[in-house]
Amino acid sequence: MDDFVIRAENLTKVYKMGEIEVHALRGVNVQVARGEIVSIMGPSGSGKSTLMNIIGCLDRPSSGEYILDGAHVSLLNDDQLATIRNRKVGFVFQSFNLLPRATALVNVELPLRYSGKGNGRREKALSALEAVGLADRVTHRPNELSGGQQQRVAIARALVNEPAIIMADEPTGNLDSKSGKEIMDLLLRLNSEMGTTVIIVTHANDIADQTQRIIRLRDGLVEE
Amino acid sequence: MVIWSAVIEALDSLSANKMRSFLTILGIVIGVAAVIAMVSIGRGAENTITGSIQGIGTNLLFVFRGDLNDEVRNPKPVTLGDAQAISDPFAAPSVAAVAPVLEGRVEVTYGGELTSSSLSGVTPDYQTVQNIELTEGSFINEEHMIGRAAVVVIGPDTAEKLFGRREGITGETVRIESQPFRVIGVTKSRGGSAFGSQDDLLLAPMTTAQTRLLRRATRDRIDLLLVQAVDAASVPQASEEVAQILRSRHQTEIGKDDFTIFTQQEFLDIASTITNVLTIFLGGIAAISLLVGGIGIMNIMLVSVTERTREIGLRKAVGAHKRDILIQFLAESSVLSLIGGVIGIALGWFIAFAVGRIAAANDAPINPTIGIDVILIATLFSTAVGLFFGLYPANRAASLQPVEALRYE
Repeated sequence: MDDFVIRAENLTKVYKMGEIEVHALRGVNVQVARGEIVSIMGPSGSGKSTLMNIIGCLDRPSSGEYILDGAHVSLLNDDQLATIRNRKVGFVFQSFNLLPRATALVNVELPLRYSGKGNGRREKALSALEAVGLADRVTHRPNELSGGQQQRVAIARALVNEPAIIMADEPTGNLDSKSGKEIMDLLLRLNSEMGTTVIIVTHANDIADQTQRIIRLRDGLVEE
Repeated sequence: MVIWSAVIEALDSLSANKMRSFLTILGIVIGVAAVIAMVSIGRGAENTITGSIQGIGTNLLFVFRGDLNDEVRNPKPVTLGDAQAISDPFAAPSVAAVAPVLEGRVEVTYGGELTSSSLSGVTPDYQTVQNIELTEGSFINEEHMIGRAAVVVIGPDTAEKLFGRREGITGETVRIESQPFRVIGVTKSRGGSAFGSQDDLLLAPMTTAQTRLLRRATRDRIDLLLVQAVDAASVPQASEEVAQILRSRHQTEIGKDDFTIFTQQEFLDIASTITNVLTIFLGGIAAISLLVGGIGIMNIMLVSVTERTREIGLRKAVGAHKRDILIQFLAESSVLSLIGGVIGIALGWFIAFAVGRIAAANDAPINPTIGIDVILIATLFSTAVGLFFGLYPANRAASLQPVEALRYE
């Protein structure tokens, strides 16, 4: 079996802004081993977000090859990409993105609903909430939870389908330093204890320094 | 199962914006209620009209001078001679009775009361042909005919106008066109009808009317001939026999009858056609308000899609297919219109009932009829409106690209 969960070769991405073509990625090669925790850094405009969207299967590269957990992603249509995201990717966003009227449990169940598995949803969601230390906040709604707790619900939601990678976009960006540290510790613990591959996009050095490897982007290319 | 959970979720998200959902539903409620009320009132009116036509008797033929299109010049008048020829059982075996009628408006006075009423000069057969019942007194008989008696049978409304009461009138004397007439009977009330009131009338002997009240150019000329067929099945046969007799007596050219025969069935058909057109017209106008309600749904769904762009992005990020988002939003718009439809049916029912009561209180009995078919059509139509007008916003939501939707502020 492939040791690399992510294998991207010569990725390019071109956006057309009217007449002007913007080259967001100019041939990026990235490999991430199974069980690794890496961070992607780079100044704004470096193509960091574009790379994250492609790795998270939210977007397709203009050219190049991307294999996620053995699946050739560059060739898939929208619905096939959605299935891949559902099975293989867990997202953690800077602004949490929880459903405001749904309880923590329902929020965590959401990916399971779209994976078509009817049985054991509740149990899986409960064990994911337990894994992030929120077993006592199951029926709370997002507005009844602190920022750190909301982000932990989001991490539980990312974990629930046992994805190949967790994609965290500035996961501590909206949190105070104490909660930020807790979230970072949680991600590191999930990586070391459960062997989950974690990719963190950040521009904070103290976050990036805690990961095993830093991928630095500049002007659409990986800095060696 | 998928649909069921989608409906539950739709109810949940609609209840988050109660006022907005209520106002959107209101549009559909008004639309559906208007359609139900209009169609059922229209049908009630149709039943009332056809019912009152049938009340006259289904085996009647109406014969009068001239053709409907005025194509025949100088039509010969229908005469008492014609009536006598038709009543010959050998020439017209399908005819049971013939009643010639003279019609006109006259002034009637009693004491200080003056009123204008329609007067018919009739023969004794008129009572059987028109199926007239009396509350008191007796009908015109042969002796009155021969003696050109100054007697009159009056309707209950006419009695009310002249005397201020409906009974104990027999024996009173009224003046018709300044001539004294003795009241010999009062007819039973038949209620309103398509042909004006059947309760405001005066019936005088044909011979008296001819000589003293409604003079015509020739003595034996009459305005209308009522012919009763032996039964409802022989109406076409009777119509043909009457036509043959009149053609030979009037010596008309072939294909150019100078008279018209109308059957009860034709009246019924015409009345149904008119009321049907009326019902469709009313229902159509009401349907426009349903359409407006549908546009209201579309409007609110578009707002909702825009508001929830990030939510849609998130759902797509965690693996929702295009179809999942489509179902989610279609469920919301359908639930809105379905709830509106159900409330609308109840409200429409109530309005129809209320209109029926008001009509009854004003002596125009309309019994609004609400058929299962109308309810089914209204429900299906309102749900279809929800689906149709929900389709565009839902499709817009489903087609959002996750990257852009997540970035939306």
